[in-house]
Amino acid sequence: MGVYWAIAVRSFRRFSTYRIATLSGAFTNTVFGFIFCGVYLTLWDQRPNLGGYDVTDALTFVWLQQGLLTPIGIFGASTTVELGERIRTGAIAVDLYRPTHLMLWWLSVDAGRAAFELLARGGVPLLVGSLVFDLRFPSSALQGLAVGIALMFGILVSFGIRYLVALSGFWITDSRGLEGLAMVLSLFFSGTILPLVVFPGWFGEFARATPWAATMQVPIDVWLGQDLPARALTFQLGWIVVLLLLGRFATVLATRKVVIQGG
Amino acid sequence: MPVIELDQVSRAFTVSTRTGLRRTRREVRAVDALSFTVEPGEVMGYIGPNGAGKSTTIKMLTGILVPTSGTIRVAGVDPSRHRTRLAKRIGVVFGQRTTLWWDLPLKDSFAVLQKMYGVPRDRHRENLATFVELLDLGDLLDVPVRQLSLGQRMRGDIAAALLHDPEIVYLDEPTIGLDIVSKARLRSFLAQLNQDRGTTVILTTHDLDDIEALCSRVMVIDHGHQVYDGTLTGLRASQSAPRTLVVDLATPHPPITVQGATVTRTDGPRQWLSFPPTTSAAPLVAEIAASYPLVDLSVQEPPIESIITKLYAGG
Repeated sequence: MGVYWAIAVRSFRRFSTYRIATLSGAFTNTVFGFIFCGVYLTLWDQRPNLGGYDVTDALTFVWLQQGLLTPIGIFGASTTVELGERIRTGAIAVDLYRPTHLMLWWLSVDAGRAAFELLARGGVPLLVGSLVFDLRFPSSALQGLAVGIALMFGILVSFGIRYLVALSGFWITDSRGLEGLAMVLSLFFSGTILPLVVFPGWFGEFARATPWAATMQVPIDVWLGQDLPARALTFQLGWIVVLLLLGRFATVLATRKVVIQGG
Repeated sequence: MPVIELDQVSRAFTVSTRTGLRRTRREVRAVDALSFTVEPGEVMGYIGPNGAGKSTTIKMLTGILVPTSGTIRVAGVDPSRHRTRLAKRIGVVFGQRTTLWWDLPLKDSFAVLQKMYGVPRDRHRENLATFVELLDLGDLLDVPVRQLSLGQRMRGDIAAALLHDPEIVYLDEPTIGLDIVSKARLRSFLAQLNQDRGTTVILTTHDLDDIEALCSRVMVIDHGHQVYDGTLTGLRASQSAPRTLVVDLATPHPPITVQGATVTRTDGPRQWLSFPPTTSAAPLVAEIAASYPLVDLSVQEPPIESIITKLYAGG
């Protein structure tokens, strides 16, 4: 297991060298935070209590979301994009002769990345937002702990999806089309455009049951106290098990394909 | 007991080509009925033109590709079946690809490798000290890999492939793109590694100087077939490429007439004589010395490039 920890630590260090990117990313998130706040203030002025959120909930949602987009990897993350690239170019063969598991290797790389981005920029928009607006914070240490676990689970779910998309490159000549589709789905169903709670009826139910909901909407709802931690974490765990099992299965198939058919 | 054994190994790929809407599939044999063995401690040069099947062979030897037919044993195991177990006993360097962490100092890549292969700490420290000295990596350990020159990066990659004491190393074009000084340094390092540790080395290259400097054995492959296996001297003889005797006479003379050799070129007092590789130069020299005012002489071996070119053309 030591090797995976060592990989995660190096990945963390690697991302910590991209200082300008981190800084400009946090700045962009903050600017978008203000834009979203303008839109949401108008919307909640027209429809108070939309989806069970009051104005404070809605504004807190914006600032949490802006900080979490990159750590969770809602637009994809450079780690899994790099994996897709290695599969397309055939460089993946180099990874296969290592005495490590492909999925665990990339999971460790992604965990190191997510940890750095969460610590370095996850809280920046929230901090700026809280100077301007009145925001909601977890009311107890226990709730804070639940948020921490929900965030970790959210990153795992996101990795599970991104890993599968990257691995599709073994079967599709150019997986970039699928990466694009995956990003659109991720953007919408993670609650990036609007919180999923605002969608009524069967569509709302459906949206809140997708794995993308487990990446960002659920951790934020745990923070806001909109979702019971036990229910939220069980929901996320279910998707983690499904996605990582699928990932493991796809890895075995992909390895077999490379080894037997020659890529 | 051989450390590598191939018995009638073939590898076919299905290539589909599209003409308009019609799709035709055909089978291409990248490697065809290849059989050879390598003894521990051998340094074997594995050469052939692009697309000859060199990389396919290396991939099968590392276990990331299964043969279509035939059997392979490396270090006593079937590579594709025991890929992970075998990985701990082999080292691989792909000249055109790096396994180092691009944005981190070189030493970070080495630290990950120590954990990956479970190398005991003391052994790791010892190996690292050896390679840092032999490959002159001391000043590079704290430099991010992306800032290294190609030669420096290659030295780093080679150290990375050797830190876990592999019994066998596959080097795929390790000197590609390097300058003369870097090439020479790398060659002397590999020679020393083989001498000190008895590491078996399989080297694919397009640079025949690598072969001349390092390999006790050469294997030539073309279109998936083995066309030569033996020593470099034997390779020269096998193609009956003529050797050249260069003689300097005291004064310019008309072309020398002598049994068993023909003059191919004259330039003032210097003359070039071509003679078959199967005959000895000694009687030739004696005969010339008896009838001509001989001042100096040298024997030139045929350049290896011309032999290989001839071999590829014949295959």
